Amino acid sequence: MQKLEVRLKQVSMPELPVEERLRTFNEVALGYSEEQALAEAARCLQCTRPLCVEMCPLHIDIPEFIKLIRLGNYTEAAEKIRQKNCMPSVCGRVCPQEALCAMGCKNTIGDPINIGALERFVADWELETGVRVPEVAPSTGKSVAVVGSGPAGLTVATELAKMGHHAVVFEALHEPGGVLIYGIPEFRLPKRVVKQEIDYVKKLGVEIKTNIIVGKTLTIDDLFDEGFNAVFIGTGAGLPKLLGIPGESLCGVYSLNEFLLRINLMKANLFPYKSKTPIKVRGRVAILGARGMDAARAALRLGVDEACIFYQRKVVGRADDIRRGLEEGVKLYPSTKPIRLIGDEKRWVKLVELVKLKPGQPDRTGKVKLIPEPGSEFLYSAETVIIATEHIPNTIVAANTTRNIKIAKKNKTIIVNQENLEAANGIFAGGDVVSGAASVIKAIEAGKRAAQSINAYITKH
Amino acid sequence: MENEIIFKEELAPEVKLIKVRAPLIARKAKTGQFVILRVNEDGERIPLTLIDWDPKDGTITLVFKEAGASTKELGNLEVGDVIHDLVGPLGKPSEIPLHSKVCVIGRGVAIAAAYERAKKMKEAGNNVTAIISARTAEQLIFKDQFRKVSDKLYIVTDDGSDGVKGYANDLLRSLLESGERFDLVYAVGAATLMKSISETTKPHKIKTIVSLNSLMVDGTGMCGCCRVTVAGKPMFTCVDGPDFDAHLVDFDEFRARIHMYNEEEKLVLKIAEECRCRS
Repeated sequence: MQKLEVRLKQVSMPELPVEERLRTFNEVALGYSEEQALAEAARCLQCTRPLCVEMCPLHIDIPEFIKLIRLGNYTEAAEKIRQKNCMPSVCGRVCPQEALCAMGCKNTIGDPINIGALERFVADWELETGVRVPEVAPSTGKSVAVVGSGPAGLTVATELAKMGHHAVVFEALHEPGGVLIYGIPEFRLPKRVVKQEIDYVKKLGVEIKTNIIVGKTLTIDDLFDEGFNAVFIGTGAGLPKLLGIPGESLCGVYSLNEFLLRINLMKANLFPYKSKTPIKVRGRVAILGARGMDAARAALRLGVDEACIFYQRKVVGRADDIRRGLEEGVKLYPSTKPIRLIGDEKRWVKLVELVKLKPGQPDRTGKVKLIPEPGSEFLYSAETVIIATEHIPNTIVAANTTRNIKIAKKNKTIIVNQENLEAANGIFAGGDVVSGAASVIKAIEAGKRAAQSINAYITKH
Repeated sequence: MENEIIFKEELAPEVKLIKVRAPLIARKAKTGQFVILRVNEDGERIPLTLIDWDPKDGTITLVFKEAGASTKELGNLEVGDVIHDLVGPLGKPSEIPLHSKVCVIGRGVAIAAAYERAKKMKEAGNNVTAIISARTAEQLIFKDQFRKVSDKLYIVTDDGSDGVKGYANDLLRSLLESGERFDLVYAVGAATLMKSISETTKPHKIKTIVSLNSLMVDGTGMCGCCRVTVAGKPMFTCVDGPDFDAHLVDFDEFRARIHMYNEEEKLVLKIAEECRCRS
């Protein structure tokens, strides 16, 4: 009986105790030990028609890598994943498995297998024991410029390098990694892990050039002039969309990007000794928008009194991270919408005026919109406000070229041929810059597809 | 070597000029644009206006005042040292008018940025009147260079140690009151100066452009740290500017935002000084 119970329940992953989490930016989820990984791997039913594989955007052979774990072949297990996913240690940590692979897990009488934790275990094992760099194909003499060093760009570069092409990645910021570096906080994805994954990409022969803004320092035309055979644009969706309400430019009001950029990229949490970039976050913090969980958790680590997320329907995030945020004291206030921000005489924000929302009449399709409830306006006093709504792509790359790249008017995404992700002759695009803000794994998937198309293109031309 | 300092000069107390090897930036730079740099691994990203560039020898020239800990660190670099990170050119280029009578105003360290604009305006065939001002004579930089690019040059110091005693804005006002007319006034300097110039030219309906030195992090439009309300709408100085129509800028908001981290800046400066004392 006891054995059955053990098999029904997921082996839980050790985590930092809440008090300790709030004192540091160290990673919260500590990862499986070898015993724990073996115990969790033992729960896998090894289905013959595994739905988990189908649900994974990269179709990683999940039962097979779990089988390799059971056999103690951790390196082989990691290599099995790497065949499909060039960033297993990242995906093991940040993928919303509950909505992807684990959702397809047929272990229906018990918890689904914690596939993410197992992926992370083997990936970390591999990184610690030394990644075996696969043999790359002999050089084709062709080169590809990859714009943006986030998940999409790094994947394209990795895949092209394996095929024997020379890939050069251009990054606007001073550190490569894109959203993995500037967007996702240390306590969810340690920068050490991202750096190790980037080292792996470099070992394949990929060149990474930081501090180059394609569209400014160099244009796409320059890249072709320099002899690149094709260009991939993977610049993500990094521009903040403001709310368009009064008071948004008061002091103490941050966009989510600025807040996270200061902490994640510039290490403002280590100000003033180990970083010279300050951040001003204090008192009560109002986070306006569903994408604010990372910011709320970061604010609590910086010692604020309260961090409350005001949003409409659903907080964006992985189930585990939302749970951890709530454990750490993040407050949630659903069905609300900000109306305006009110400042003091020195132009610092002091109050947020919000209105409660209620379900309106269903429209013809049966969709129920949330509408303001008259008379339900209320004030929340806050010394720091973070605007955490959606992000849109930066058009800096596509707009500054003579090549005809089409940009969607409404959401600024690059319009591509859905078949092969081509945006203009020899120019391909993928990831958030095409789809709008989505997920790391979808960007990796797009990167893989783009690499196939680019390979076909440069082999022909 | 890229990002290497190949020339350094002290223009005034705490005001330094450096020439840096940056061939890619030198090739693309245009009037009014800027770069962002980091002095070292844990340094801030600091925006600095491009004062000059030479695509042939692949260099750019920057002028800065050692106002905070990061600019002090930059000032401590010597010829042969390499700047950790340097990126650009950023921002929209300035619009250079044609066949116009323009007045270019600069104060303090920003005289360097004003000079770069004045030079381009002169080269484009405009009639250039320049007003450069500083607290005292020793802080007046680019005086001789300005002479070469202006049809008329006014020098103003707060204490009267050089040129007229008083403020640039008072001089501009008296010029306008005495019937002088300009098609364009271009001002760069502290927020208070730009605001007062804007207020002076507004009743005369003279098109006035200011170059804003907002705080920035990435400089590519990602963070919105540099946002400023222009004509009632939030604009990002890094991608929509740095030049804006002065009569539409909310200067009070601009001034509040650039001073957001004053306390923190003082703190790092104090720590840096204590470190130096101890060592």
